[in-house]
Amino acid sequence: MTPDTDVIVEQITLVIDGFEVTVPKGTLVIRAAEKLGIQIPRFCDHPLLDPVGACRQCLVDIEINGRAFPKPQASCTIPVEPGMIVKTQLTSPVADKAQKGVMELLLANHPLDCPVCDKGGECPLQNQAMSNGNPEMRLDGVKRTFEKPVAISSSVLLDRERCVLCARCTRFSDQIASDPFITLNERGALQQVGIYEEDPFKSYFSGNTVQICPVGALTGTSYRFRARPFDLVSTPSACEHCASGCDLRTDVRRGKTLRRLAGDDAEVNEEWNCDKGRWAFKYVTATDRLTVPQVRNENGELVTASWPEAIAAAAAGLSRGAAVLVGGRATYEDAYGYSKFARVALGTNDIDFRSRTSSDEEREFLAARVVNSTTTYRDIDKADQVLLVGFEPEEESPIVFLRINKQFKKRALKVTSIGSKESIAVEKLSANFVCVQPGQEAAAVATQELTAKSVILVGERAAESAGLLSATAALADRTGAKLAWIPRRAGERGALAAGAIGNLLPGGRPVADAAARVDIASLWNVDSLPSEIGRSADQIVSDINSGKISALLVGGVDPLDGPNPDATVAALEKAFVVSLEIANSEVTKYADVILPVAAITEKSGSFLNWEGRARAFETAVDSLNRSDLRILSMIADELGHSISLGTVANAAKEIASIGNWDGATISTPNVSAASAHSVSGDQAVLTSWRRLLDLGTLQKGEENLAGTARRTVAVISPKRAAALGVVDGQLLKISNSNGWVMLPALVENIHDDAVWAPRNSAGSQLLANLGVAHNSVVTVVKA
Amino acid sequence: MSEHIEPMKKKEISVNDVEFAQIEQNGPKNLFTQMQGFWVTFATMFKKVNTVNYPEVKEPTAERFHGRHQLNRYDDGLEKCIGCELCAWACPADAIFVEGAANTDEHRMSPGERYGRVYQINYLRCIFCGLCIEACPTRALTMTNEYELADETRAKLIFEKDDLLAPLRAGMLMPPHPMYPNTTDTNYYKNEIKSSHPSQEVSN
Ligand code: SF4
Ligand code: SF4
Ligand code: SF4
Ligand code: SF4
Ligand code: FES
Repeated sequence: MTPDTDVIVEQITLVIDGFEVTVPKGTLVIRAAEKLGIQIPRFCDHPLLDPVGACRQCLVDIEINGRAFPKPQASCTIPVEPGMIVKTQLTSPVADKAQKGVMELLLANHPLDCPVCDKGGECPLQNQAMSNGNPEMRLDGVKRTFEKPVAISSSVLLDRERCVLCARCTRFSDQIASDPFITLNERGALQQVGIYEEDPFKSYFSGNTVQICPVGALTGTSYRFRARPFDLVSTPSACEHCASGCDLRTDVRRGKTLRRLAGDDAEVNEEWNCDKGRWAFKYVTATDRLTVPQVRNENGELVTASWPEAIAAAAAGLSRGAAVLVGGRATYEDAYGYSKFARVALGTNDIDFRSRTSSDEEREFLAARVVNSTTTYRDIDKADQVLLVGFEPEEESPIVFLRINKQFKKRALKVTSIGSKESIAVEKLSANFVCVQPGQEAAAVATQELTAKSVILVGERAAESAGLLSATAALADRTGAKLAWIPRRAGERGALAAGAIGNLLPGGRPVADAAARVDIASLWNVDSLPSEIGRSADQIVSDINSGKISALLVGGVDPLDGPNPDATVAALEKAFVVSLEIANSEVTKYADVILPVAAITEKSGSFLNWEGRARAFETAVDSLNRSDLRILSMIADELGHSISLGTVANAAKEIASIGNWDGATISTPNVSAASAHSVSGDQAVLTSWRRLLDLGTLQKGEENLAGTARRTVAVISPKRAAALGVVDGQLLKISNSNGWVMLPALVENIHDDAVWAPRNSAGSQLLANLGVAHNSVVTVVKA
Repeated sequence: MSEHIEPMKKKEISVNDVEFAQIEQNGPKNLFTQMQGFWVTFATMFKKVNTVNYPEVKEPTAERFHGRHQLNRYDDGLEKCIGCELCAWACPADAIFVEGAANTDEHRMSPGERYGRVYQINYLRCIFCGLCIEACPTRALTMTNEYELADETRAKLIFEKDDLLAPLRAGMLMPPHPMYPNTTDTNYYKNEIKSSHPSQEVSN
């Protein structure tokens, strides 16, 4: 647990096994002993969960001021006190005997499963049975048996015979994730972990229960029977899925990632992560991985080419005047490579990392308020109120949700959410939900009352409502509240800092500022940098279609993520496209040169999470694939404008030498909101967000994970449901001039004018099906 | 302590000072003494022969000779290996590679939950110590007396599961097939299944 550094806590001195130790008041005996390096065996105790004293393995003898407890006590539930004398198993035969007794009882009903148990080799029960158990078993009866294993969700299996009833899993889902889907049922020998009958354990955080289960009772379906701990090579890594920035550990067996575990970073993810980060990694080994460069020949066919050929073809095409689209998934170093490549090799500021619905207002907002933002998780810990604007924490940045939830549980942190549909997270946080018509959030933001201790978290979807980011910035200025922008993708904050956007150079330096350009030009060893502010992603697409730009360098962009997929596809068809990709995609279909690049696990680098904190990771899997920036360097050399970024380490060094910008920043945008849509009859204003688990490219091939995704539904208000004569589960058809989707209805708390559907889930790919996803009028009828 | 030892002065001792032992170099012996020497060779021709004409003739090895490994089956044909990797863990030469997988009702290779999907022993590494045999919790892995393992490529010396599995004997069925009706893996483990049951016969 991270003690709040600003609070001074009283210190207490006690004696454990004859050694004196001083710890802050409130520390548990078991943890004070840890400080001395004395390990008391334990199962249920977990530093981030409330103590329960469920397993009784941690018994020690305790004496306070000469008065001894009559029996050994559970050291994980008793806080230290002055004058305490603790004797652990090391010095007290009574405690030792008690612990051995508890262990014997635990093993009395424990199956002899170690050879087939996934936990074998890293099992606290195995280890502690060896260190603190009797070598011989006295019990000779028949053991309790249960049917095994039971799938409590498609990704978690429960083996009740192995459970030691420590209640770590149930406490986690209740206290940390607020998903009380699993509980302990029955009593006595038959006590077992259970799920509510018809509701499987659908939590975005279920993987954490697998990680903290001290035995092999909860196991992950995908990792089941795949390896033993000694087979695995572990590499510290960072999660590439979202901007929360979880510290992870990647375990690889023979060049294949088999599992990922949450790392321990008290400042960021504590010891948790979400199921996407834990279980979505197979996309790297997907069968359609690109391995060799391809070039389109005169007949319009893609043919395999050698690297020099492909690099030459790419350079020739790009030299005709090109723009750069780099998806929000590039690492900080790669984004820096694209940024430098655009300026130095292509001589343009036409670069944008926002491969999603974006606006010029957003671009100015990012330059003015985000690139230098210093809001952190700590500010959430200390906030008196959190305001969520266009941001669904559980779906879009799950660790931010856990952090808010932690403070909500601890001190009933006040949360306000401005949006059109009440979400599950809003319910869990008992948030004050301000319900507005989609697109009208700005007016609601303007009326919020915050203090200087409040935190405003604004999501990337805020760009979809005109004036919202301006209003949010104005609110922060008026109240002094801290402001943070939380994108969905892991690379966006880094790409912003790297200047992979038309109005900024690396380090938050405005393109329009001559001094800033000189700064960077001297660092890059070039005479000058292009001074004209670059085009945004939308402009790049439309200018290709109108013939003003003839070539495009694309790194990891899915055209269906953008606001106008048809126009993007048309642009890809029209322009000379150089695509840097790991696998075949919509872009490679139209590309003229395809250059395969390394996936995240195959290279080192870092991401900046939403706080701007660097999340470094190392190469986990050896491969021949090169990182984006290495390939960009090769193309740049071919073009005759070297960017000299041969390795990730080089790039990191160069980035570190940039330093902060202390000149003037771009001023905050002041865009006014659009007027409300007037809807009547069957019309409704569409709103949506992406769910954590959906059809995202990085979740390809993860069937078990997909099984825990939330149901695809169309949400309408009770009033609309009554008007349409629809009840829960009946099919609704949402349509506009581009197409339609048909989804089962769910009647919930949503604005009467609005209809909600998931943006990219099975059966509901709004951008592909309707061409729009938010703030647009559609027709909703009973199907 | 070293100060008590007088450092040796250079050139105090030279190679030339060392005395060489004289080796006696007698001339050839007479014929009789030479015949005496050949007598041992000659007499051996009439002794009992200990070697055999390998490879035409092969002698059985010692009973407990450590030869090629074998992956055993239960008497109904199901595999004993549960893919636990304990053998791989025990192996000091890192010669064994195992990957487990889950048995399903449709595809059952062994009793219980788990079976060895991939099983390889690299005979370029194996030192035939037998530690793997000791580690195996199900007696799936044992050693045969087979010692003719030489081959001409490295790849051929990595034995796959197919190369190691025991042949089917009478009463055994080729897995995958279901378990003997109304039994559990414990019955198998206690060796209570003596032959396959007609209901286990499924067309694969
Ligand atoms: S939980 Fe631990 S002790 Fe129990 S069967 Fe699994 S490895 Fe063995
Ligand atoms: S399933 Fe694991 S974490 Fe949950 S109570 Fe049982 S032993 Fe504890
Ligand atoms: S006999 Fe020894 S060296 Fe050979 S596989 Fe078994 S444990 Fe390894
Ligand atoms: S041979 Fe034995 S020790 Fe090796 S994996 Fe199979 S069951 Fe386990
Ligand atoms: S660890 Fe103390 S009772 Fe479980």
